[in-house]
Amino acid sequence: MSTFLGFPTRRGAKTLPDDGAHPGAPGTSAGPGWADDVPHPEAPLRWGATFPEAAKQALGNTQLRRNLAHATSTIRAKRAAVVGEVPDWEELRDAGSTIKAHVMSDLPRLLEELERNVTARGGVVHWARDAAEANQIVTDLVKATGETEVVKVKSMVTQEIGLNEALAEEGIAAFETDLAELIVQLADDMPSHILVPAIHRNRSEIREIFLERMGDAPPDLTDAPRELAMAARAHLRRKFLSAKVAISGANFAVADTGTLAVVESEGNGRMCLTLPETLITVMGIEKLIPTYQDLEVFMALLPRSSTGERMNPYTSLWTGVTPGDGPQEFHLVLLDNGRSKALADDVGRAALHCIRCSACLNVCPVYERVGGHAYGSVYPGPIGAVLTPQLTGSTGRSDPNNSLPYASTLCGACYDVCPVKIDIPSLLVHLRAREVDQDRGRPTAWGAAMKAASFVMARPGRFELAEKAGGVTRVLGGSKGRITSLPFPGSKWTDARDLPVLPKQSFREWWADEHAATETDPRGERRSSEAPDGGGSPSADRTDTETTGDAR
Amino acid sequence: MSARDDILARVRAAVINDGAHLGDAVAEQAPVSRGYRTTGEHSPGSAEAIEILVDRLVDYRAIVHRAATTADLARTVGELLADARSVVVPPALPAAWTSALTAGTAVVHDSRDDRRTAAELDQVDAVLTASRLAVADTGTIVLDGADDQGRRAITLVPDLHVCVVRTEHVVHTLPEAVTILAAHPTRPQTWISGPSATSDIELSRVEGVHGPRTLHVILLG
Repeated sequence: MSTFLGFPTRRGAKTLPDDGAHPGAPGTSAGPGWADDVPHPEAPLRWGATFPEAAKQALGNTQLRRNLAHATSTIRAKRAAVVGEVPDWEELRDAGSTIKAHVMSDLPRLLEELERNVTARGGVVHWARDAAEANQIVTDLVKATGETEVVKVKSMVTQEIGLNEALAEEGIAAFETDLAELIVQLADDMPSHILVPAIHRNRSEIREIFLERMGDAPPDLTDAPRELAMAARAHLRRKFLSAKVAISGANFAVADTGTLAVVESEGNGRMCLTLPETLITVMGIEKLIPTYQDLEVFMALLPRSSTGERMNPYTSLWTGVTPGDGPQEFHLVLLDNGRSKALADDVGRAALHCIRCSACLNVCPVYERVGGHAYGSVYPGPIGAVLTPQLTGSTGRSDPNNSLPYASTLCGACYDVCPVKIDIPSLLVHLRAREVDQDRGRPTAWGAAMKAASFVMARPGRFELAEKAGGVTRVLGGSKGRITSLPFPGSKWTDARDLPVLPKQSFREWWADEHAATETDPRGERRSSEAPDGGGSPSADRTDTETTGDAR
Repeated sequence: MSARDDILARVRAAVINDGAHLGDAVAEQAPVSRGYRTTGEHSPGSAEAIEILVDRLVDYRAIVHRAATTADLARTVGELLADARSVVVPPALPAAWTSALTAGTAVVHDSRDDRRTAAELDQVDAVLTASRLAVADTGTIVLDGADDQGRRAITLVPDLHVCVVRTEHVVHTLPEAVTILAAHPTRPQTWISGPSATSDIELSRVEGVHGPRTLHVILLG
C-alpha cells in the first residue's frame, strides 16, 4: 500500500466471509431494535476493509457516534478524577514502564520461572505457537472432562484466537459471562473496545438484544442499567452454579510465585475462577511481571486507567491449585501467536508492554468518532493500531492492516494517559515510515508529486510560471475563496478538506515590490541579479501589496 | 521441536543478538525506577487511615459500621443478620462474633475439608468473615483464605457479605498491603472494593451483579 497526502491509497481489500452461527445466539440476523452487526470473521486480527473505508462507513452511523461520545466522555472524566488523586502517578508510570521493559528483555528466563512455579503448585503448563494450537489444546482439555459447556471470563486473548468459534466447531458451547461480552455474544456481534466490548451499544439497544435473544429476560424489562444488570444476573446464575469447566485470560502472571491475577468488577470472574472443577487460563507470553511485589505498581495503574476506579470491585489471585478451595485442576496455556516476532522488533517490543487498560481508546479523537469495528481487529484504538500489525505481520501490499498506522491524528493524548508510557504516536510514525520506505523506488502518486515539485522548484523561472498558474485556483475557488472539489488525484485532498485558493500576488512578487519601493541596498540588487528569471514587477504600488497581505 | 522449546528459542533469539543480551542494554539505559511511595503518611490503624478507608468504602456503596469491642461487634452482626435465615461462616471465625445472632438465623459451617456445594451456598442468605487487611487509599479489603476468612466460594455465592476488618490491619497505601501479603503470596486471594458492580452499560457504574449485592464492613477496634 502507498500513501498520498497522508492517506493510504490501497483499495478493494477483500471482506472475509462470515463463518455463520455463534453459540449462545439463536439467530444470525440483526434484531429489530439494533443494527450494525459485525459478522464473525475468520481472522480476529484482520477483518473488514481498510481503516479509511471502514471509518467512512462508521462515521455515517450517528447512533454509534452518540453512544461512543457519551461513553468515552464519561470514562475520561472518571479517569482524570482518580488519577488526579494520586500524588506519585508519574513515578508509578515510570515504574510500570521500566518493569515492562525489564520483562521483555528477560522474557525467556521469566517464562521458565513462571512455568516452574505454576507446575510446583499443581498447575499444568501448555505452550501454543499460534491460535490453532491454543484452540486445539483448550478443546482437548475440555473434551477430557466430558463436558460440552464452559463458562468464560472476558478475555482479549481468547477473542484474539477465536476460541469460542473453535470450541463450537467441536460441539462445545462457550458462555460469555461478562455483561458486555454477553451483550456482544447474544447480538452475534464483535467486540469494539478492549474493556467494554459492547461500548457501541446504548441501554435501549441492550434491552432489545436481551428481550430478543436471552430467552429468559423478563418481558417487562426496561432500559434502566440496574434492571439490565439484574437480568444478566438471573440469566447466568444457574450456569455459574452448575459449570464444571471455566476458561479465563489473565491480567498478570507473577514469575517468582506462579501467581495469576484476574481483575474484574461483576463477580463473574470470581464465579468462573472459584466454582468449577477445572480452570483453563490462556495468556499471552508478554503478560508476565517479575515479582509478587510488582503488583503494587500494576494494581495501582490498571484500575484507575481502565474503569476510572481507585480499585476494581474484585481481583482474584491464585497460584496453581489450592486443596479444598477452588478448581482442583488448573491448566495454563502460554500463547505466542506473533508475540516472539514482535519482541524481536523495537516497535513490536514496545507495544507488548500494553496491559490492556483501554485508556488510549477512551481519549482518542479518532476512536471516539469511528468506534472499534473500523480497526478490523479485536485490538482497536491507538494501541490496536500498533499491536495488530505487529502480531499479524504484513501479508503484503494488499493487507488491510497496513492502513492501521494511519488511523491516528498523532495528537499524543494516548501517550499522556498510557499507564506504562508506551509512546504510541512515535510508534505509529515509525510504522508509517517503514511503509513509505517499502515503497521507495516504486512509482507512487506521492513520488510523482515530489518529482514534479522538484522540477518546478529547481529553477526560479519555472517556479514563477507555476505561481502564475496558481491563478487557476482562484477561478476554481470562485467567490468562496476555497476549492471544495477537484478531479482525481486532487480529489484525494478535497474529499476530506477544502483547498484555499492561492493569493493574487505571491510572496516573491510582494518581496520584489516591497524592496524595489523602499530599498536602495545593493544587496537587494545582487539578490535580484542572482535570480535573473525571478523578479516581479517593480512598479506595483503599496495598496496592492496590502491587499495581498490579507491571506483569507 | 516441541511448541515449548520452539517458543523459548524464538523468544531467546529475539532478545539475544550475537551474544549481546537485550537485558543488559535495558538494565543500563532504563533500570527499574521505583520512585513511588512505598509507605503512606498515615500509620497502620491510625485514625486518619481509617477515615480515608471509610470514605472510600462509602463511596463504593459498602455500608460501614464501627465496633469498639467484640460485644459491640456481636450486637451489630445480630442486627445486620436479623432477617437472614442462615449465615455461612469459615472454620476459625471467633465464636463470640456470632453470639448475638437471633434464633431464626442458622449458622452453616464450611471448611476446606467439609465443603458446602455451590447449590447449598446459593440457599444461604449471608456470609460472615474476618479479613487479612484493608487498604485505605483504594477502599480495598483483602481476603487470603486463612481459616477466619474461609474458602473463596463462601464470600461469593451468598448475596450479603458481612466482613470484619480489624482497625490495626488498615494500612494507608497499596505497597504496604502488598508487602504484608507477600509473606503468603500463594494463598488464594480476593481483593474486594465495594459490592459487585458493572460499568458495562454506557460506562456508568451500577452496583450489584453476580457477587454479593450488599457489603457490610464492620471496623473492629
